Amino acid sequence: MKWIRQRLDKIKEPFSKGNKYEKFAPAINALDTFLFVPNHTTKKGAHVRDAVDLKRVMITVVLALVPALIFGMWNTGYQYLHQIQGEVGFWEAIGYGATKFLPMIVVSYAVGLGIEFAFAIMRGHEVNEGYLVTGLLIPMIMPIGIPLWMVAVSVVFAVVIGKEAFGGTGMNILNPALTARAFAFFAYPTYMSGNTVWVSEAGVIDGVSGETILGKLAAGTDVPYTSMDMFSGLIPGSISETSTICILAGALLLILTKVGSWRIIFSGFIGAACMALIFNWLGGAYFPDNDLMNFPWYNHLIVGGLAFGVVFMATDPVSAAQTFKGKWIYGFLIGLFAVMIRVFNPAYPEGIMLAILLMNVFAPTIDHFVIESNVKKRKKRVKAQVKTA
Amino acid sequence: MAKENSKNTEVSEKEAKKKELIFFLSSSEEKESFLSKQNMKLLSDPLNDDNPITVQVLGICSALAITVQLQAAIVMSLAVMVVMAFSNMIISLMRNLIPSRIRIIVQLVVVAALVILVDQVLKAYAYDVSKQLSVFVGLIITNCIVMGRLEAFALGNGVYKSFLDGIGNAAGYGLILIIVAFFRELLGSGKLFGFEVLGHKGATLAESTGLYAFGYENNGLMLLAPMALIIVGIIIWVQRSRNRKLIEEA
Repeated sequence: MKWIRQRLDKIKEPFSKGNKYEKFAPAINALDTFLFVPNHTTKKGAHVRDAVDLKRVMITVVLALVPALIFGMWNTGYQYLHQIQGEVGFWEAIGYGATKFLPMIVVSYAVGLGIEFAFAIMRGHEVNEGYLVTGLLIPMIMPIGIPLWMVAVSVVFAVVIGKEAFGGTGMNILNPALTARAFAFFAYPTYMSGNTVWVSEAGVIDGVSGETILGKLAAGTDVPYTSMDMFSGLIPGSISETSTICILAGALLLILTKVGSWRIIFSGFIGAACMALIFNWLGGAYFPDNDLMNFPWYNHLIVGGLAFGVVFMATDPVSAAQTFKGKWIYGFLIGLFAVMIRVFNPAYPEGIMLAILLMNVFAPTIDHFVIESNVKKRKKRVKAQVKTA
Repeated sequence: MAKENSKNTEVSEKEAKKKELIFFLSSSEEKESFLSKQNMKLLSDPLNDDNPITVQVLGICSALAITVQLQAAIVMSLAVMVVMAFSNMIISLMRNLIPSRIRIIVQLVVVAALVILVDQVLKAYAYDVSKQLSVFVGLIITNCIVMGRLEAFALGNGVYKSFLDGIGNAAGYGLILIIVAFFRELLGSGKLFGFEVLGHKGATLAESTGLYAFGYENNGLMLLAPMALIIVGIIIWVQRSRNRKLIEEA
């Protein structure tokens, strides 16, 4: 340990103030604090010091993502191989998935961190840790068939326009990972939707079918999967969003460590369930031919990216609502809109992306009204107290 | 003695008339050369420091609508230039006659007349482009830049200066339009002025040429209106980081 510290200090020397590479100090400091807890002390006022700083928070989220990540890797291989050869071994599937999935992660981190470092050096501030999570999320919510350069372009857009234009980590209005996906979705629609992108090589090899469940429903064809398949994740889809079990495992970690807000996660699922129940009733009574409306409400919760979005994207502390009441409203509306977009607009089968981005925009408004109503309530109470006194 | 006196008054009367005319045309008593520094500033300021789109934030709507193709954007900026230059001139000529309570109506009539003229000319000589621009030529009437400059400049300045101001602001508007349209057409459909500059996209990779042979794809988002807004935003970002005095104090 000591040895590493000494080596690091030696490397850092030319980067300190007044030396040759002063300008690049943010870059080397980022690497340093990655390995060691920074030893700064606060200079003014009272501060609560805790071992949990931004870096530890981000690492927690990354840990929570690991189950979904591993499952996504395995599922990528499984979806492809079992259509080709029937029996699929565990390591075989993981290996195949890794060759497809790891390059996407590498590209996402390389491009994104490159931009982050460049901006940090240009603006002279420290490199922020926010991209550790964003950079992992972006490939996880892309379809497996997407070319690597499209991942890179989406990352550039998300980091520069979605984040740095507003002032970097902590200042962004929209969730950067979803910004990347929305960009790719509208810029390259043939690579982000349809029936050939969700299973690797589906467009090249005949006989490989790879439509998502929501896509099938929108097209009006039969769904060959059971609810158990949807829950465990043995279905085609964006790389890591298929398995509700793994996502819930991540959600548990987020809630236990209080990194993610349980209010948003719960209200998100409740909102989606409410909307789906309304549609089930409507569909049963008036629209018996509409497959999306008659899709059982519990299946709506476990299919597609809804669970992944509600657990990992909606809880992004920067772009979500900040007040407790606001979080309930924010999460509920996300679930509600996600199902509504799915049913009313089959061209955008993945409603959760658009729902979260929409509510990100409205989060400050929600907070504003929650605070205003609280102020009003307290004013009334004071008035009543004055009267009685 | 009396004769000389009358001659003197005649001269001064003539001079006064001349002064009046100069005042009428240029709104300042001093004589100014046509290409003086101040006049040139009227032309060059709107290109950067006082750009109607990126600094005054006027005329955004048409910047979103007709920047999908470079050709349409250029024709549109020329049309706006003609309308602005002449409406500025006409309103400036009438500025002392217009009662201020009905000035907006008068301005609208002048602008509308000019826009109809431009529209007819486009229909006669550039029918295809005119069809492409469709309703947006007519909508120049409501372009905030035109009304904004009439209100802010032509009503209080001489004819020649107003004319220059019209040209300058239209050029500033056109500059942004052309930059946006350049990126949108190049990245959105891989063309410039309708020519496939990035190569031809065939049905398969083997049939494609140029960049498309390497798997390049056109960016569909560029064809949608939001991207125009984002590009304008990027231009504003670049402009302000180069031109520090434009940054407002927080």
